[in-house]
Amino acid sequence: MTTALSPRALGVALVALALLLAPVAFSEQQYLLRVVTTAAIYAIAAYGLNIILGLTGQLSLAHGAFFGLGAYTVGLLTTDYDWSFWTSFLVAIVGTTVLGYVSGLIALRTQGAYFAIFTMALGFLVFITITRWESLTHAHSGVSGVKYPESIGPIDFSEPATMYYFVLLFLAGVVYTTHALLRSNAGRSLVAIRTSEDLAKSIGVNVAVNKQLAFTASATIAGLAGALFASLNGFIGPDSAGIDRTFEMLLFLLIGGLGTVMGPLLGSLLVAFLFEMLQDLETYRFIVLGPIIVLLVIFAPRGLVGYLNDLVPARFRRTDTTLSAEPLPAGSTTTNDEVL
Amino acid sequence: MTLFVQQLANGLALGGIYCLAAIGLTLVFGVLGFPNLAHGALYMLGAYLTFFFLTDFGLPYVVAILAAAVVLALLGVVLERLVFHPLRNKPHTHHMIATVGVMFFLVALVQEIWGTGFLRMESPVDGQVSVLGAQVSWQRIIIIVTAVAVLLLLTWFLKRSPHGQAIEAIEQDRIGAALVGINPSMVSMVTFAVSLALVAIAAGLVAPINLLSPGMGDALGLTVFAIIILGGLGSLPGAIVGGFAIAIAEVMASTYISVAAGEAAIFVILIAVLAIKPTGIFGAVAQR
Repeated sequence: MTTALSPRALGVALVALALLLAPVAFSEQQYLLRVVTTAAIYAIAAYGLNIILGLTGQLSLAHGAFFGLGAYTVGLLTTDYDWSFWTSFLVAIVGTTVLGYVSGLIALRTQGAYFAIFTMALGFLVFITITRWESLTHAHSGVSGVKYPESIGPIDFSEPATMYYFVLLFLAGVVYTTHALLRSNAGRSLVAIRTSEDLAKSIGVNVAVNKQLAFTASATIAGLAGALFASLNGFIGPDSAGIDRTFEMLLFLLIGGLGTVMGPLLGSLLVAFLFEMLQDLETYRFIVLGPIIVLLVIFAPRGLVGYLNDLVPARFRRTDTTLSAEPLPAGSTTTNDEVL
Repeated sequence: MTLFVQQLANGLALGGIYCLAAIGLTLVFGVLGFPNLAHGALYMLGAYLTFFFLTDFGLPYVVAILAAAVVLALLGVVLERLVFHPLRNKPHTHHMIATVGVMFFLVALVQEIWGTGFLRMESPVDGQVSVLGAQVSWQRIIIIVTAVAVLLLLTWFLKRSPHGQAIEAIEQDRIGAALVGINPSMVSMVTFAVSLALVAIAAGLVAPINLLSPGMGDALGLTVFAIIILGGLGSLPGAIVGGFAIAIAEVMASTYISVAAGEAAIFVILIAVLAIKPTGIFGAVAQR
């Protein structure tokens, strides 16, 4: 590591500063602050998907369902059962963790295409359950009046800026987790699994346990994001658990950069603003986004962060991590020696 | 007994649809090695195209289905060239993500052209026929007969014609097939064309008895995945047996238990198969 300030650290600092100052900049435009808060929540969920897809290389299509489960747990408990936000929040996190663990036990018996199909079925099952179990979930009429977090002392969460910082706290948490994970043995095991499962096994990586942990962690993070979303939005419908949610997160990841530390955040923010700008073109949105996804996987699978990293001068690049020494298959999704 | 015969006919008709759609999916998996997640959306597009040719062009029903099949076959070639050929050396996760992009695009496109509401297609052949005391509509009989005819034709194509044999060869051993002079790119294109033509025929057949909506492919897409997993990914007999088995299970469960049970049957089968024998009934044979 060099002692000079590397451009990468500078970039991260700038993004962090911009996020911290957002409420000040948008103090006159509450709506825009809400857009940024929502984008931050999606970014949290995208970090969850990043762990299982970006790091471990398993395409999980149940991610939107875990997001929805978190959202519905908080939504239903705070309205129909009149629990406090904090208890519901805790239940949502623990609940999605348990569900993620249990479904992982079955889902991870499968690999590759089977895993993708199985998780897609799982996601659809959750969606169908929500739309059909009307007495519990109100089906298509959705859940309205979800509570904001109750005030803690002087901290009032109905204040948009407070809610924003509350979300930002969790965002910082998942960003740091991803950063720390990539430098830990556990993270390197996951990357080894992505590179080649057989190879990882042969060097003594416990593939089953690592995949199980990655899948559970990704479900927990998605559930957490869903819980925050329900509270911020005040209303949730079956759409918040739909497979389209998964696909949107996939888009955030692809644009930002799969398997990178800053990718999910940059991707989510960028797409959130694109969505806002394209809002008048609601139906055209996916006509444009579909081909963008295709073009991205063909021409730019490393995403925004991957290309930004190319601009970093060689003298600042990390050389001391073992990640750089690992061979990656042709067209692998991430830069290796410079995972930002 | 009458109810049973009635429902058996419904199950067979549904099974015919499922088979045609599932074979298309399993062929693409066998040759290219990834599941086409846009298959349900392509089915939906096939139904809308049949509707379009039938009502806006005034073509006869059979011609309308064939026209939709031809359009989808061409789309298959275009997709293979533009999307999947450039990705051929990439990990399969990339292919699956690309199919998601294609799916997004197709659903949004259909919503834009035909709107998000339901469309009803007039049944070209009205009336019913009495079979063992049960009333079976002509449309269902047409579906069963057409499905069987298409399956026979397809079997002939795959076993006897050079293009079909090339598909089988690539499924068995990609490198070996390339060594004996089979062009994998060509086979990929043919496979996509056949796969999409089959799903268009399935959609065209089912259009008169179902309502058309941009979301109609979602449920079918999942059912078809359940079928090919049950039969074994890439296995042709598996897709046929699985198609009829799931269709009959679905129809019988919704008749004798409840409609929700019919929907749940698919998931129960899917989860059970993946948990117990992920390679499916015929999977071990098909995948060596």
